[in-house]
Amino acid sequence: MHHHHLILRVVTKLLAGTIILYALYVQFHGDFSPGGGFQAGVIMAVAFILYGIVFGLVAVQQVFPPWLVHKLVALGVLIYAGTGVYAMMLGYEFLDYGAFDPGHPSHGQHNGILAVELGVGVTVTGVMIAIYYAFAGRAPRISDEDW
Amino acid sequence: MDWDFIAGHVNYWMFIVLMMTGLYIVVSSGNLVKKIVGLNIFQVAVFMLYISIGKITGGTAPIFPSDRQGHLEIDPTIVYSNPLPHVLILTAIVVGVATTSLGLALIIRIREEFDTIESDDLVKIEQQLTSADNKEHGEAMGGMA
Amino acid sequence: MAGTVTPHDAKTLIEQLPILQVLVPFCTAPLIVLIGSRRMAWALAFAAAVISLVISYALLMQVYGGGFISYQLGGWAPPLGIEYRVDAANALVMLLISAIATVTLPFAYESVKDEITSKNHTLFYACFMLCYTGLMGVVITGDAFNVFVFLEISSLSTYVLVAQGAGRDKRALTAAYDYLIMGTIGATFFVIGIGFLFMSTGTLNMADLADRIAEQGTNRTIHAGFAFIVVGMGLKAAMYPLHLWLPKAYTFAPSAVTVFLSATSTKMAIYVILRFMFSIYNPDFIFALNVMFLVFMPLALIAMFSASFVAVFQVNFKRMLAYSSIAQIGYMLLGIAIFNLSGLTGTMVHMFNHGITKALLFMGVGALVLRTGSSFYNNLNGLGRLMPLTVAPIVVGGLSLIGVPGTAGFVSKWMLVQGAFENGWWVVAILIVLSSLLAVVYVWRAIEVLYLTEPAEGAKMAEAPMSMLIPMWILAIACIWFGVATDLPLGAASTAAEVLLSGSFGMVE
Repeated sequence: MHHHHLILRVVTKLLAGTIILYALYVQFHGDFSPGGGFQAGVIMAVAFILYGIVFGLVAVQQVFPPWLVHKLVALGVLIYAGTGVYAMMLGYEFLDYGAFDPGHPSHGQHNGILAVELGVGVTVTGVMIAIYYAFAGRAPRISDEDW
Repeated sequence: MDWDFIAGHVNYWMFIVLMMTGLYIVVSSGNLVKKIVGLNIFQVAVFMLYISIGKITGGTAPIFPSDRQGHLEIDPTIVYSNPLPHVLILTAIVVGVATTSLGLALIIRIREEFDTIESDDLVKIEQQLTSADNKEHGEAMGGMA
Repeated sequence: MAGTVTPHDAKTLIEQLPILQVLVPFCTAPLIVLIGSRRMAWALAFAAAVISLVISYALLMQVYGGGFISYQLGGWAPPLGIEYRVDAANALVMLLISAIATVTLPFAYESVKDEITSKNHTLFYACFMLCYTGLMGVVITGDAFNVFVFLEISSLSTYVLVAQGAGRDKRALTAAYDYLIMGTIGATFFVIGIGFLFMSTGTLNMADLADRIAEQGTNRTIHAGFAFIVVGMGLKAAMYPLHLWLPKAYTFAPSAVTVFLSATSTKMAIYVILRFMFSIYNPDFIFALNVMFLVFMPLALIAMFSASFVAVFQVNFKRMLAYSSIAQIGYMLLGIAIFNLSGLTGTMVHMFNHGITKALLFMGVGALVLRTGSSFYNNLNGLGRLMPLTVAPIVVGGLSLIGVPGTAGFVSKWMLVQGAFENGWWVVAILIVLSSLLAVVYVWRAIEVLYLTEPAEGAKMAEAPMSMLIPMWILAIACIWFGVATDLPLGAASTAAEVLLSGSFGMVE
């Protein structure tokens, strides 16, 4: 395995970091350009899935163990809901981001959206990787030679 | 029903064609994976319906231009497309992805347990199981499982 | 909101109740996964169920006499923003769902331990909470598209829950798959229907939809939307010819899941049909009337008889109850078709009463499965003598299912019969009574097996554990209590029926 696909392995190593960086850009620049948590989450997951495809499931699961993926899925949802609950604690309606900056609600909207999208991004990353793990983790019942 | 009406509603016709295609695949196909594919086509048809609703003739992307200070420059003469259906469909797409992955996961489990993903074979296996149940539990009670 | 500075009155906890109703179970699900402890999972889920039971009771008391509560999400006023709207009709359904969740969870503790592999327990409770969130959300929301979103949350987690039965019988997997295909088709039909409504009105808020349809009159787009919505929700509600997923799903799902689903998920779908029919489409709307008379009534009558008839010949107690559920859904649809105050009250009360009755019966089966490992009649011989405390509540549930006077089931069937007579439909009234006779037959079969047959030689069977007995007895007492003291469900249901019949969404003063 380690002696094959030299180009793929080198390119993957180069790309993985770039993809993660791009995901972060899409995540946090979603205010001003197309993007946001959904897209960023998928792009982020792609970095790990690519790594998993080229280096094998074991390698990627050392970096990103399955239990951590499940916790991330839950954490993202909690960040989203927590943002809304925080607004409620300030005496506003659920998810009323105006609460975060009552003097200037549109600033509050900015902050709120950023927090919520972070939650979305974390969850989408987790879900995509979890789906990949779930399907890739099943040993095929027919070996390649049988086809 | 003139030509303009037919041509002008081409996306709605396509919606109907896609929807019926998807539904037909779900009903007629014997392979569980193909059923999921049919389901996806069926759902995509709905996405198309919603996005067609959001289109307004001559409408542009619903982004208000702003000057350098961040103040909106709203020009009432510009026609914007309705962004709401797109947002709705974003949600529906996510739901579709979730349904598809859950369906495929179930298929993998079915394959592990039944060793087949053809619904004809599955029905046969289930009938055998049911008639075994009948033998074991039914005859004493004079009924069917 | 954005861009303007407005003085703000801080919201009180009471004003936040509608959102908390959905939020409490919704936050519990990820918390359970995050903590990842099996014991804590159950405790958290139970705590969430109890809290939301208290909330739904508080909400019902606020709208008991009429009126409604509106809650805007994110401070965006309806019709632009998403609105949660509570009136007597959905407060009653929410009370049912949260009450069932609260009694199901203690029951689930032992049952889940027995039926599901231990490594899935935390995820099971997380899924259960998501399913619960979805059901609550569908019922409370005042936004048509939001209904679809919550519907899918509850459905997707339901498919997972049903598939958990695979540890006992692998047919649970195909049952879950069939349910997934049918359920997704149903939900997609529903969303097409909403698309048609949106197309011709340009709004998604239910109250606003009602106003605009009343203003602009109906057209063919709206009719088509109505058809799609009824078929889509009919699939979810297991309306007669669309019920094929139900017997398998209920039979092979883990006991705790069957208890919860049978009592809540079909009721939720019936509620949505009611809501769309009466609150969005004006009830005077002649098209809806025709649908009720020409479609709902015959289908309801066929369901009542054919499903009951099939139930009579089952040898599996659990499957028998599943078929009986299809028949009982027929009664609820019949109440809608009768279309007067008594009929609709009958539907609302029957949703409530059948919910507790069926939950009780499925719990009974679950308890027997825990002790004997089987729900087939020939393995249950004479258990009534060996474990009297466990089997007695089943008898109460069976009586309530038949509709014997003094039990909850009688009250709702009585309302239906009364509604039929008010319309002069005496044939329908007689058919209701006749189909109850079929219920006598299938319930009698179970009671005969449990009491009148000889138990196996020297068999010793322990009573079900306390955590199962207490919920069962609570439900059994509720079945009798609501059969004698009918004030709470009947009062709430008749307010609900008035709200629905008045057409406008919760506008009754």
